[in-house]
Amino acid sequence: MSPGKNGQPVRAGGPFSRGPFSRRPFSRRPFSRRPFSPRPFGAPRQLGLRVSKAGWTNLALQAAAFLLALGVTSAILLLAGAPPLKAFAEIARGAAGSVSGVANVLVAWVPLLLASAAVLVTFTAGLWNIGVEGQIVLGAVLTTWVLRLLQGTALPSGLIIVLAICAGVVGGALWAVLAGLLKTFGGVNEIFGGLGLNYVATALTLWLIFGPWKRPGVGSMSGTEPFPDRLALPVIGNLRLSLWSLGLGIAAVIAVYVFIERSYVGLRLKAVGLNRRAAFLLGVPAWQYGLLAFLICGGLAGLAGAVQVTGVYHRLIPSISSGYGFLALMIGMLIRYRAVWVAPIALFFAALNIGSIQLPIVLKLDSTLSGVLQGSLVLFVLLVEGARQRYLRRTRLAGGRSTEPAAAELSGRVADG
Amino acid sequence: MEVRLIDIHKRFGPVRANDGITLTVPAGSIQGILGENGAGKSTLMKILSGFQSADKGRIELDGKPVHLRSPADALRHGIGMLHQDPMDFPPLRVVDNLLVGAPGRLLPKRRETMQAMAQLAGSLGFSFDFRAEVGALTVGERQQLELLRLLWLGARVLILDEPTTGISTSQRDQLFSTLRLLASQGKTVLFVSHKLEEVQELCSRVAVLRHGRLVGEAFPPFRVDQLVTMMFEREIALGEREPTVPGEPVLQLEGVGIEEGRVALSGLDFQVRQGEVVGLAGMEGSGQSLLLRGCAGLVPTTAGKVRISGIDLTGKPYRQYRKRGVAYVPAARLEEGLVPGLTLSDHFLLTQKTSGFLIRREEGRRVASQRIAEFNIKGAPHDNVESLSGGNQQRALLALVEPQAKLLLLDHPTRGLDVESVIYIWSKLKERCRQGAVVIFTSSDLDEILRYSDRILVFFAGRVSEPLDAATTTVEELGRLIGGGE
Repeated sequence: MSPGKNGQPVRAGGPFSRGPFSRRPFSRRPFSRRPFSPRPFGAPRQLGLRVSKAGWTNLALQAAAFLLALGVTSAILLLAGAPPLKAFAEIARGAAGSVSGVANVLVAWVPLLLASAAVLVTFTAGLWNIGVEGQIVLGAVLTTWVLRLLQGTALPSGLIIVLAICAGVVGGALWAVLAGLLKTFGGVNEIFGGLGLNYVATALTLWLIFGPWKRPGVGSMSGTEPFPDRLALPVIGNLRLSLWSLGLGIAAVIAVYVFIERSYVGLRLKAVGLNRRAAFLLGVPAWQYGLLAFLICGGLAGLAGAVQVTGVYHRLIPSISSGYGFLALMIGMLIRYRAVWVAPIALFFAALNIGSIQLPIVLKLDSTLSGVLQGSLVLFVLLVEGARQRYLRRTRLAGGRSTEPAAAELSGRVADG
Repeated sequence: MEVRLIDIHKRFGPVRANDGITLTVPAGSIQGILGENGAGKSTLMKILSGFQSADKGRIELDGKPVHLRSPADALRHGIGMLHQDPMDFPPLRVVDNLLVGAPGRLLPKRRETMQAMAQLAGSLGFSFDFRAEVGALTVGERQQLELLRLLWLGARVLILDEPTTGISTSQRDQLFSTLRLLASQGKTVLFVSHKLEEVQELCSRVAVLRHGRLVGEAFPPFRVDQLVTMMFEREIALGEREPTVPGEPVLQLEGVGIEEGRVALSGLDFQVRQGEVVGLAGMEGSGQSLLLRGCAGLVPTTAGKVRISGIDLTGKPYRQYRKRGVAYVPAARLEEGLVPGLTLSDHFLLTQKTSGFLIRREEGRRVASQRIAEFNIKGAPHDNVESLSGGNQQRALLALVEPQAKLLLLDHPTRGLDVESVIYIWSKLKERCRQGAVVIFTSSDLDEILRYSDRILVFFAGRVSEPLDAATTTVEELGRLIGGGE
């Protein structure tokens, strides 16, 4: 929850706030007191399909946020001396104007789907897995390793690809569990642990590309020696799109949705994310579930890395994750952790990324414009939501209605202090 | 400075934390503020120190009405608050701690400050190394430092919230003599505590709060039993006591010690048999909750053995205790007991034995409806728990306790509930006891303890009394024991 009223700190306490390396790891920093809550507004989980009156208000607010983001991006474009409408039209044309454009959007959609599905799991458990970027990288690294190891053998190509992808999943999962262990037993917040591990992952990639795995002759930023075509996921015609990776991405989102919304494990994970202490007292082994969330998240992120190697680049390149992990975190925030929205928003973000590739050629603008739009969109959605919550809380307190959550929460605090 | 609080109201949702409190504290007096947890003393002090604003009511200082917008604003008016936990910056040096919050220009004048402070400290009998880091000081020294800072910033009214927890006896004596000195200089001291003997020793007048109201004032010589009666008054409608026939021992403590933070219990030796209800009485923070958590495996024991139904579970984790039929229900309902954001149905699904991977929603709803009916919860299976009223949240918490649980450890199971809910909850608990369960509970309501317990343990300053037979104990006796009497 947020800091208490008038900024006085919320009381920490209980057996769970003891020193570092306590025997009850993971539990010593109850989530409600962390600096940033992954569920910043305590938003109840709605599927967002039934539209009530509040739903319409919400929709209007989201639309307002979108317009504001467009406005800010336009202002930046105007400052840069470019015509905003033309730029947006160019992005749309780049993304949807041709078959290869659409295919490329789908190619970018897959890792975004996988990474967003991944971070949804950790968000559900109340964890900020910033390390997802590094987990994608490690997935790619292990996939490359297995491909290199087996490419000279007589094993069938299909088997090699499957083994390599499995290795990628394992690699991502291990890297995530490392962040989880650091948090659980070392008292290292997963945000900082993940950030550190991201750097290590990048350094590892560079070392591999310029060291043990360098191309014959001299290592280059263009990556390792490409694998033979038989070790790539099959693509449609001469497009870059592989139905296999597309299938994996979509399956992952559906699986995560079912897992979070329909399974017992998912429910317990939710409970841990919403109130770790209560979940523990109700019999959910909290820190074990935290590690499980890291494990699943890392596995999916590793899968994203594996898909990038086997389906897109066919080698290990220095920027193999392409920032998809961070983009996925933004998507997670934008959709406020509701799994049903992963697919459309990830598609939109992918379209922005691909559409803006044409900008430097046509309008002499940098393609990072899509990042500006994505970033401001997330900021405005969060801002609008924050303002709405503030407004609601104020009217609730003024009304003094006893059944409202904010009031109940405050009263609980009073009775306790 | 004379402090006058007039008709102070403050509510948090359904809870009236302060309900029309009017209190005048003359200059130069040491005013004790007594009350159980949740009585409203902290809220009142927060209002007086500018942390919170009252919904209604006025504050007058020396007859002039003031409006306090923030703690800094209150300090400008001469009101300073010393918090229970030192609000300082451990990694900073002493002198920098003093300078934080002091009005000043861009560059702090350390040397001059140190000289001025040394003089002020000397006059109060304190001595500091102003270059030391605050983190290296004892709690008592940090308290002195905070006191010094407030006085230096011009505080003429000092509010002390439970200042004696965690400091040594000599530091306590020094604090008291300093406070007396300050009072003799015309400063006003408000001393919030639930340690009766300290209030008795130090204060020149006492105000007792209960349920957000001022229920009485007292002047020396204080009578402990009178203060206790004011703090805990009977309010529960009484039913008839049923005799219990104790069965097999469920909980056995053999020389158990439990320690957490500032509270330590040792040499606990007793057993509780099937069907028994044991009430834990005492001032808040005397170790009752600690005992409950120790018996649930939530706090490691430091000595002795804990047996549940004859099985030694000493040092085992909470899960093991849970598996053996121990249920712990915490006092903070929405913070520790329930998961805000999940529905009632989700809660029951969470605690049920599960089969398969996917949730069977229908089954969940069925169980939820059944328990909702059984525990008379006003709410639907799809309602989020935070939307329920306090009484219904408490019923939900008890409904979540597995029917097979043999040892129910309940921390303030009825705090803040209306009489009807209290009676209902106890009827459910007594039913459990008739089926062979054991209930151990804490309450700040002595009548509740006397009414529903078979035996009572009284906690005082980390000591635990011999079990008392509830049938032959009176409220007065209990009150005396809680106050530390023999």
